[in-house]
Amino acid sequence: MSAFFTKSMARNIFYGGTLFSVLLFLALTLHTTWALPKRDHRENLTEQVVRGKHLWETRNCIGCHTLLGEGAYFAPELGNVYPRRGADFIKVWIKAQPTKVPGRRQMPQFNFTDQQLDDLVAFLKWTSEINTENWPPNIQG
Amino acid sequence: MPLLQYQSQAVAKPYFIAAIGLFVGQILFGLIMGLQYVVGDFLFPAIPFNIARMVHTNLLIVWLLFGFMGAAYYLVPEESETELHSPLLAHLMFWVFLIAGVLTVVGYLSVSYERLTEIGGNNLLATMGREFLEQPTYTKIGIVIVALAFLYNIGMTVLKGRKTAITIILLTGLIGLAFFFLFAFYNPANLVKDKFYWWWVVHLWVEGVWELIMAAILGFVLIKITGVDREVIEKWLYVIITLALITGLVGTGHHYYWIGAPGYWQWWGGVFSALEPLPFFAMTIFCFNMVNRRRRDHPNKAATLWALGTAVMAFLGAGVWGFLHTLAPINYYTHGTQLTAAHGHMAFYGAYVMVVLTIISYAMPRLRGREVNPERAQVLEMWSFWLMTVSMVFITLFLTAAGIVQSWLQRIIPNPQSFMAVQDQLNIFYWLRELAGLVFLVGLIVYLYSFFAQNKPQTVEAGEAQPVTS
Repeated sequence: MSAFFTKSMARNIFYGGTLFSVLLFLALTLHTTWALPKRDHRENLTEQVVRGKHLWETRNCIGCHTLLGEGAYFAPELGNVYPRRGADFIKVWIKAQPTKVPGRRQMPQFNFTDQQLDDLVAFLKWTSEINTENWPPNIQG
Repeated sequence: MPLLQYQSQAVAKPYFIAAIGLFVGQILFGLIMGLQYVVGDFLFPAIPFNIARMVHTNLLIVWLLFGFMGAAYYLVPEESETELHSPLLAHLMFWVFLIAGVLTVVGYLSVSYERLTEIGGNNLLATMGREFLEQPTYTKIGIVIVALAFLYNIGMTVLKGRKTAITIILLTGLIGLAFFFLFAFYNPANLVKDKFYWWWVVHLWVEGVWELIMAAILGFVLIKITGVDREVIEKWLYVIITLALITGLVGTGHHYYWIGAPGYWQWWGGVFSALEPLPFFAMTIFCFNMVNRRRRDHPNKAATLWALGTAVMAFLGAGVWGFLHTLAPINYYTHGTQLTAAHGHMAFYGAYVMVVLTIISYAMPRLRGREVNPERAQVLEMWSFWLMTVSMVFITLFLTAAGIVQSWLQRIIPNPQSFMAVQDQLNIFYWLRELAGLVFLVGLIVYLYSFFAQNKPQTVEAGEAQPVTS
């Protein structure tokens, strides 16, 4: 770089550029905050859904599964498992774990009560109804 | 000139040793997970996949933080031309952080995660069970305490001494690191908001403020090993971090495509994150330029190799592999597949693992009382560089192949197949990845051994020794 471009110029561009970027990012975040209620259907966030999210977290489901594409890539996407499988299948599946099929990936047994299973399903149903810009591309997740 | 210009730089040593120790643990658990991908019930139920993954990713984060802290304790006194504000505090925080980290990993391995949430303070404040933020709430509070004490110590040292661009950039990065971690405590019931701000920890760390820390460490090492004028190097650093933050801040939007945020993020996130390779490209040009313009040949060849390797691999892993799937129309099909894993592996290794190994390579010989390691130790260290780096390239290539096939079979073809049906067809890639992982382990063992390698004693055949006559 030429001598015309000094260190203090570079530093000033850094401060100016960073400030501009921070403000732009905050402005977009603010607009997103306004726009979110229409997309996340928060009016349907019942006590049951909140309990379901708590179960999702305290059993570390994200350690194997993805949820809306985020998480681990070891087990199926669950953001759309509700429309893919339905409530009854989900509950029966969770109760049947682990399959103990030799060599197959195994899911732990969590000994959920019936109410807990309903809570978890409610959370997965709520999640599947978020406006995700039509992601995933198909029902397989 | 003494090896350590300031005695208090010595506090960096335990930080570097702990970093390397935890690095070994990270790799072992990576190998366990890699095997579980193909032998699904391996070590089940003793170590289920999710537990191994927590240990693998959390150890990575913790050992990199140990490395960053060690780097700061080593370079800040030298840059500021003054002793560290409080070496005692640095030693104390070392033990606090190490004990908290080890206890957390022991917790992961010894009780169920559900039980850990009960004893870990999750009922006090629910912060657990989110990717990379699985640590008990108490551990998170511990991290904040350690970070604040560390910032205070480094900040006071910078304030009382000479201020250089390197220390200012490093301090800005470290303050950002501590600040954005606070979002780990925000866990709203609304999953969309939860995910939106979760990225303020994860993305704004690794594609934001960590890049400042990386640039500062790299700049420091380059000044030392090339002897190039500080003015030139610091000017470059400002250009690099400007590019990093301008592209990386709004570039956060590439995580907001499909999680419920408005669709305009596909444009904002796409355009800005498509430019994220630029700072890494600038860093590569910068490193090679500085080494080419060097005013002396530093005897620590291994450190020079690590510095150049960091620049190249960070550009490939974070820059090129990030760009591959950052545009929304592509990401629509690749989001959350093995392609993400491929990018994650090479980006973390290329940018952050390698920059920490660079500063360790430069500083550790001095901390151990010699300017550079013996020739044979350096040769071994350079072997370990190639073994680990090449095997990481192959890990990335195999996961990339797996990710492309996965996207194709599960999301693109007319009759898409189920997740597990697709996984069964990826086994060949997973086996090859595991094989490359084993080569990485060999590289790591060579790396560890290089710290203890001595030069072989010179021997001369008796018959060849001739008295010199004139």
